Amino acid sequence: MEKLNNQQIIEALQKAFGEHAIYGIGESHGILQVTTHVDQIVPMMHFLYADPILKFQFLTDLAGIHFPEAKGQELGVVYHLHSLENNVRLWIKAYAPIEAPNFPTLTGLYAAANWMEREAFDFYGIIFEGHPNLIRILNVDDMDYHPMRKEYPLEDATRHDKIDEMFGR
Amino acid sequence: MSNSNISMVESPPGLEGQGFFATSLDSLVGLARANSLWPLPFATSCCGIEFMSTMASHYDIGRFGAERLSFSARQADVLMVMGTIAKKMAPVLKQVYLQMAEPRWVLSVGACACSGGIFDTYSVLQGIDRVIPVDVYVPGCPPRPEQILDGFMQIQELAKKESTRRRNMPEYKALLASYGIE
Repeated sequence: MEKLNNQQIIEALQKAFGEHAIYGIGESHGILQVTTHVDQIVPMMHFLYADPILKFQFLTDLAGIHFPEAKGQELGVVYHLHSLENNVRLWIKAYAPIEAPNFPTLTGLYAAANWMEREAFDFYGIIFEGHPNLIRILNVDDMDYHPMRKEYPLEDATRHDKIDEMFGR
Repeated sequence: MSNSNISMVESPPGLEGQGFFATSLDSLVGLARANSLWPLPFATSCCGIEFMSTMASHYDIGRFGAERLSFSARQADVLMVMGTIAKKMAPVLKQVYLQMAEPRWVLSVGACACSGGIFDTYSVLQGIDRVIPVDVYVPGCPPRPEQILDGFMQIQELAKKESTRRRNMPEYKALLASYGIE
């Protein structure tokens, strides 16, 4: 059997969802990356999962990302899929404005998405609509911000032994 | 027993005569407390490894009367906090402190426990003195066992010199109240 190549994946996606459903097509370390629209994610994932050839049945990672400069699409989610049978990986990205960072949940398809979506919510404030238990997973429950967003400094605001004088600044 | 080299604790200052020895109760209690401090190791990271070395035969914290580690907070005298305390761990640490009976001392071992250390970030408590009062700070990243022992001996000094009534003083109560501890 011939190995599944990236062109085949692109063609399969375009055939199923139309020419404009995926854009920003690129490749990194031999892994195909595509960008799609937020409302296309769930049907696209179901298609990739159920397709008898593609069989992307393993969600290896799901991560949030923040680009403050990209107006209207500041917050993104990157989905890492793996087709174990073909040994091919795929990244799918989608972006939403920071004012309404709403994404559909993938917990209906991948149980693994549960904790990863909670993590992305915890650190970026991305709302996964339909998630069964969207609460903080790693940070303290009473934290009042999403620390990986770039408007917040990495340093802890309560630190007070780092006085500039002592460091000759 | 002539070739024994076991050193004994020196007696506190007092009046000595044939068949009697008189000293203050405070110093006697202090002597007893200082030489049988039961530590509660609260080890979360690499300083905990240094503590294991401190505890083991080469450095042997047992020489200072701390042979018996207490893994129950209720029977412990010294809380030894060794390692990074994440903000999520802070309420746990405070609860452990609250479970300890008076008199209790706290030894903060290593840069992370003392000030947050290199972890100047949103998830790490910037020093355990944000949640509980600390008696002795041991700097280092991580400190050597000698330094931990020195810190422990400082706690012993505190225990020796402390008045038995110190814990009832208004200053002490005010200190605890500043941490929201009754």
